Amino acid sequence: MSFLRKVLAIVQKDVAVELRTREMLSSMFVFSLLVIVIFSFAFELRVENVREVAPGVLWVTFVFAGMLGLSRSFVLEKDKGCLEGLLLCPVDRSAIYFGKMLGNVIFMTIVEAIILPIFSILFNIFLFQPVLLLIVVLGTLGFAGVGTLFSAMAVHTRSREVMLPILLFPVVVPAMIAAVKATGGILDGQPFSEIAHWVRLLAVFDVVFLAISFMTFDYVVEE
Amino acid sequence: MIEVRGLVKSFGSKVALEGVDLDVAEGEFLTLVGPNGAGKTTLIRILATLTRPTGGSVRVAGYDLAGQGAEIRRRIGLASHQTLLYGDLSAEENLRFYGRMYEVPELEERITALLQRVGLEHRRHDLVRTLSRGMQQRLSLARALLHDPAILLLDEPYTGLDQQAVEVLREVLVALAPPKLGGMKGGAKSRTVLMTTHNLERGLELCDRAAILVNGRLVHQADKSDLDVVSFTQAYRRHLHVSRFTFDVGVGR
Repeated sequence: MSFLRKVLAIVQKDVAVELRTREMLSSMFVFSLLVIVIFSFAFELRVENVREVAPGVLWVTFVFAGMLGLSRSFVLEKDKGCLEGLLLCPVDRSAIYFGKMLGNVIFMTIVEAIILPIFSILFNIFLFQPVLLLIVVLGTLGFAGVGTLFSAMAVHTRSREVMLPILLFPVVVPAMIAAVKATGGILDGQPFSEIAHWVRLLAVFDVVFLAISFMTFDYVVEE
Repeated sequence: MIEVRGLVKSFGSKVALEGVDLDVAEGEFLTLVGPNGAGKTTLIRILATLTRPTGGSVRVAGYDLAGQGAEIRRRIGLASHQTLLYGDLSAEENLRFYGRMYEVPELEERITALLQRVGLEHRRHDLVRTLSRGMQQRLSLARALLHDPAILLLDEPYTGLDQQAVEVLREVLVALAPPKLGGMKGGAKSRTVLMTTHNLERGLELCDRAAILVNGRLVHQADKSDLDVVSFTQAYRRHLHVSRFTFDVGVGR
């Protein structure tokens, strides 16, 4: 219970800071909106069946918006040495990882919840299907799970805005392929059994990388 | 309370600490002075479990650094020249967050008491980024004392403060010092303090033992009873001169 209370304290702290500054949410939202509007206009001119490109556009939007949020996640902690303040707390350091990761999941989910209806309108596709929402949740969890670990690594480097995508993208490729394939299957009207293997791959990715991050976070943040 | 034996820390080919042996007894106030790059901050960071040593052994409050980091962290408070505070949270919110992380009992009363102690009760709802550097440093001290640690590590607490802020911080530190050094009775009677500073005058005023760290080595130690500011300053300058000479000869070769 003590572990969970401390995870919750970190999440609440991140949410309180974000509600006050709105720096992360506003940049993620504006970026996402720009991406889908530009893609919408671009495809309107040439692509006849937007359903074929919609899953890719949707996940490109989520991933790049998520990257903006992740790159800021530990910058906030680096300022004034707050990361050291967290590391000084008498808690298993994986609690810091889970607190930061859950905060990132919450921020990404808020942006996704706003972007999905706009995406539905611009691309004229109905996205509010339970399986599709499950895929979005699993994809977001996997991306934020690995991203939080790499964000903690990259924050110590001088060119962290470049380092984070370079480190993160190769690792999240399997999850993104699975998410795009599963989303495409749903939009094509395939039954769940046809896309179940992609959903399972997403779930396994989440479990494996959350476990790896849990075990390695201590070594990533300590000098 | 703090036992350091043969402590070595290297960053690649750069050796920051070279076989440091140090003991700090319970209730003792030790001031560690040394020039920039002497290894003072590295030593404090190792004691605070923020940096892993390359070699040697460290025991803090009876716990081994290697496998009992969380137990050590429960018993130490660190105030450095960085405040470790969130600028976009208020003074009170910062202390409440850290209080929850340290599971401080009766947290609200503790926050009020500490804000009064560091003279920031009237600014408790203000965002930390709106406070002056001196106020932030006092709040940082309140954060370090929030869980009433048995050991207080102070890394250059006077850095970046103007004269008035130095005086205010000094008053807070005097109150923290053991009663024999002018501190308040009861509050800090068994608190062990290790402070690093460039400011010899301030450092020697509060301590009951002082040590000089140069080039990663403890080169001189003196008890308060045998210590006067003039002779300690001379010893400090002598060791600095020797270290510079050694460095110059090394570079010359």
